[in-house]
Amino acid sequence: MIRIRGLRKSYGRTSVLDGVDLDIAAGQVTAILGPNGAGKTTLIKSCLGLVHPDAGEISIGGVSINGDAEYRRRIGYMPQVPRYPENLTVREILAMIRDLRGGNEGDLDTEMMDVFALETQMDKPFRALSGGNRQRVSAAIAFMFRPPLLFLDEPTAGLDPVASSTLKDRIRREKEQGRTVILTSHVMSEIEELADVVIYLLDGRIDFERSVNDLMHGTGEATLERAIARMMIRAVA
Amino acid sequence: MNTLKIFRYQTRDVLRNRWIPGYALFFLLISDALFRFGGDGERVILSLMNVVLLLVPLSAVMLGVMYLYSSREYIELLLTQPIRRGELFLGLFGGLALPLSAAFVVGAGLPFLYHGAAGTGAALPILLGTGVLLTVIFVALAFALALVTEDRTRGMGLALLAWMGFAVLYNGLVLLVVQLFADYPLERVVIGLSVLNPIDLGRILLLLNLDAAALMGFTGAVFERFFGGATGRAVTLAALSLWLAVPLLLGRRAFLRKNF
Repeated sequence: MIRIRGLRKSYGRTSVLDGVDLDIAAGQVTAILGPNGAGKTTLIKSCLGLVHPDAGEISIGGVSINGDAEYRRRIGYMPQVPRYPENLTVREILAMIRDLRGGNEGDLDTEMMDVFALETQMDKPFRALSGGNRQRVSAAIAFMFRPPLLFLDEPTAGLDPVASSTLKDRIRREKEQGRTVILTSHVMSEIEELADVVIYLLDGRIDFERSVNDLMHGTGEATLERAIARMMIRAVA
Repeated sequence: MNTLKIFRYQTRDVLRNRWIPGYALFFLLISDALFRFGGDGERVILSLMNVVLLLVPLSAVMLGVMYLYSSREYIELLLTQPIRRGELFLGLFGGLALPLSAAFVVGAGLPFLYHGAAGTGAALPILLGTGVLLTVIFVALAFALALVTEDRTRGMGLALLAWMGFAVLYNGLVLLVVQLFADYPLERVVIGLSVLNPIDLGRILLLLNLDAAALMGFTGAVFERFFGGATGRAVTLAALSLWLAVPLLLGRRAFLRKNF
């Protein structure tokens, strides 16, 4: 689904991505992990076209992303901190995104709006929403257009346990329907629950890439958190 | 197409901000007060002129910079939608420049209506038109400045500095040049200098149209003599258009290249 070759990006003298080669398979949940400043966000932003890489190539679904913006029609994105125009109501924000995306009203997937009970929030301006409700709106928008590729940056941050598990159920169902999900999270149990493959970034390079199964069995640890810790110690030694 | 969509929603967002009605109210109060202090339409326009030439650029450039920095995360989100950066840039620009211009026109113009002074000929539309031009130019300038400086405080400082340069320092510079080279024919130099300042161009445009030669100041007088009315107007307008186009293109270029 995503093919990255020789991706490099530096800001001034700081190198953030230092030659990343990566293939992300379709129909799987891939988790991108790594310490702060390892380049996770820059990697995702490069795929979304927000960051212009210094070198390297990214293609999504076989199409190189240098050029037009059309490829983003197939992407749903939940940012870490969703921000929309403060004075627009939720209804207007949804209408705006729908206007920009085009497509028929009937094709929309409004399930998340129902399960998150967003109906009561529809006429509130965005600035009046709580953090959790902003995250709910953001999730509703990401899934609304049934995109085959989803980038979810800390999707459950700020959600209460009920909403969080609702969202996780949804992510799991996306995968069952053959959609590709790329995920970051600081909650290892969440990764363990959702992800098929873990990609570990360190200092702008891919440190390792292994399936979750493989990680757990290979290290003999009971939790993913411990398995990854074990991998890190091994890398140091 | 997308530009218009962005523009529509952006305008709606901006119009609900408290500072847009505040901005309109501010000009309404000034304009109204000038009438109450016993001016007729003609005199109010001359007094308003100086307010417009100073305050419109200041508020446009500061609001423009603040608007762009505060919409940063939201711009980021919109860029993950299937929309080209150039379209978004124009939509954002129109979404601020137009409501701001409208607020100015309504605020400054309304008192002329209810004081029964709307019939002052071309003077009022020219004053309002110049204010709109300055608004649009200084919003474009603000966008260019905010997009090349990553740091918010530095961007605000640069915007303030740009305004000070055009509104205050520039006049001192012209006077200095005139003083130093008083023995030489300075017409061309002065015309060249005024083209470098949109506020001065705005002043010249107003004065060429208001037949207030006595108040023209040095550059205005030179313009009148050098070009005469009609050509002077055309040259001024052309120079002002450049002042809109160049910052807009520079801002767009920075926007296309930016890492969000």
